[in-house]
Amino acid sequence: MSQKFSFDNQDEELSPKQQIEVFHSIENDIGQSITEKSKVASWINDRLPIVATLENTLKKHPYPKNLSYWWNFGSLAGIALVLQILTGLFLAMHYVPNTKYAFDSVEHIMRDVNYGWLIRYIHAVGASMFFVALYAHIIRALFYGSYKAPREVLWWIGIIIFLLTMATAFMGYVLPWGQMSFWGATVITNLFSAIPVVGQSIVQWLWGGYSVDNPTLNRFFVLHFLMPFLIVGIVFLHLMALHTVGSNNPSGVPMKTKKDSIPFHPYFTIKDMVGFVAFFIVFGYFLFFYPNALGHPDNYIPANPLVTPPHIVPEWYFLPFYAILRAVPDKLGGVVMMFGAIILLFFIPYLDRSKIRSGAYRPTFQKFFYVFVVNFIFLGWLGKSPAEGWYIWASRIATFYYYAYFLIILPNLPKFEKILPLPSSIDEHYQQSHKHK
Amino acid sequence: MQKIFLISIFLLNIFFGVIGFNSAKANSSANDNELATSALHPKQMKWEFEGIFGRFDKASIQRGYQVYREVCSACHAMKQMSFRNLGDIGFSENEIKQIASDYLITDGPNDDGEMFERAGLPSDKFASPYANEQAARSANGGAYPPDLSLIIKARHDGANYVYSLLTGYKDAPDGFNLASGKNYNIYFEGRQISMPAPILEDNQVEYKDATFASKEQMIIDVVNFLHYSAEPEMQDRKKMGVRTMIFLFILLIILVMAKRAIWQQVK
Repeated sequence: MSQKFSFDNQDEELSPKQQIEVFHSIENDIGQSITEKSKVASWINDRLPIVATLENTLKKHPYPKNLSYWWNFGSLAGIALVLQILTGLFLAMHYVPNTKYAFDSVEHIMRDVNYGWLIRYIHAVGASMFFVALYAHIIRALFYGSYKAPREVLWWIGIIIFLLTMATAFMGYVLPWGQMSFWGATVITNLFSAIPVVGQSIVQWLWGGYSVDNPTLNRFFVLHFLMPFLIVGIVFLHLMALHTVGSNNPSGVPMKTKKDSIPFHPYFTIKDMVGFVAFFIVFGYFLFFYPNALGHPDNYIPANPLVTPPHIVPEWYFLPFYAILRAVPDKLGGVVMMFGAIILLFFIPYLDRSKIRSGAYRPTFQKFFYVFVVNFIFLGWLGKSPAEGWYIWASRIATFYYYAYFLIILPNLPKFEKILPLPSSIDEHYQQSHKHK
Repeated sequence: MQKIFLISIFLLNIFFGVIGFNSAKANSSANDNELATSALHPKQMKWEFEGIFGRFDKASIQRGYQVYREVCSACHAMKQMSFRNLGDIGFSENEIKQIASDYLITDGPNDDGEMFERAGLPSDKFASPYANEQAARSANGGAYPPDLSLIIKARHDGANYVYSLLTGYKDAPDGFNLASGKNYNIYFEGRQISMPAPILEDNQVEYKDATFASKEQMIIDVVNFLHYSAEPEMQDRKKMGVRTMIFLFILLIILVMAKRAIWQQVK
């Protein structure tokens, strides 16, 4: 494959299909496969090609050599998922999903089960760390245009993972059966009654009764246990989609020649390990010294359907969407805008019409992007403020900007935005950024 | 480009700082207005258990248990605590057996099918003053004295809050509309709390060690005990934490060096 591509003019970008072909043409040469060196490996591989698959992923597949640490968050999210499943499994051995015993069973885990407090706190703090990794992973995609062709399906699978993780986290928070568990469940499940005609029936079907009660808790436990395994399956699809098209990179310029790429092992195995330890340091800081900083004290009060807490707030990772929900004065409107904020993400590959993939070369885009990020954080802060006074119109303005960014700004940016000159290849980008080191 | 990001983060920080300042204003003269009903920000005390090297002051916690037992347990349950837990704070096995056996625990049914009362054992949970929430409310004018096992974690800034609350009883100012059966407390939201001041005078409890049982001392001790009850794993957790963080920092340095060495090969 000695065809030379020139991309001085961004309009001469390869088509998605061509990009995929080029990607597969620059695979690394791994020399002799393990299956040729080891009889055991070859025996297994003949019956289930798992050895070859692993070898391809680690050694054959080309990865851009200019990936930054923003590319660590995918594997961090994966580690977080594994941790949640392992700790969740052991918690489930002691937890009782019945309204009479749930709260006490969690205290039993904290006090009597050997290292139960550790398992429980890893699970609780781990959920927050999972969302830190997810949000950072999504921010990376939004900035570097990782959702653009040919990665649309990869992006969509990612949003599905995000939605499933949010559903899992929501149900998990109900399980300790504290005040916030119960009232958060009541507020959010009640939203479905906004659906016209069938809303109330749907909610009663969800509840298994006429309010959040034992049937609700029991089924939430079952679903909370089940969904992480669905997520694992979808993560496999996510990785398959990734390996079909190849990773994006900070320059947005696709891999074209072997000079642009390096194998996963040993470069990204070691770099991911650095990421894991940095992640665990942040994790450990909260886990060992401030395990309840990210939670709400009201969840240490056993659930009481007769006493409503003064402020009902979800966990921090839901706050921006909670703010959007409350910004709209109509129940159905609020629900539509809240879910809409996530459904909107599915359309980004078509809303962002810029031919330039990476935000690093789009200075006008960057300004709007940074405002978007700060606005999203601001929405989060508004989500935990009382829904009164100036907070209300601030939420409306912030919600407006959130939607305007995707529906108005992104589609129209290509008409007037300034573009910086792209590097001609990943190799060139890599040499540029390493000149100064 | 990064400048705008940094400026926005900077402004956000100023913003949150202003908000923090505004909530600290809860303690300013605006709230010293006699007829204010919002609670004052809790007094910020120094506790032995705070920080990454936090430890249990076992002597204080033992005295605190005595305060709980002689003053608070008349109305407040601590269902999550078992008598055997007292071993963690320094009581001997015999002392625990003695303490437990002072209580009558309902057990059963026996072979005749009847419930019966027996002396407490170390394996039993702390006895509750009331059979259930309704009995508790009925005996306290409709108010429910909350279970104290987790109270320190169940309130924002729990230890400082409980300390402030117990020291926050004052005479209601003139013109303040205090409902009947309520008590004026400057740290309680609304300033009207159903609980009467539990610690009224020095030496209300006779301490077994030489410590002078001032009101202040009893309140500090009971908060230390309540903190232990809410977080019995605290000391182990923080010890494990310091060791783990040191390990992780060293590991990080080693891995970064390894990463750089390996990436040298990338041209």
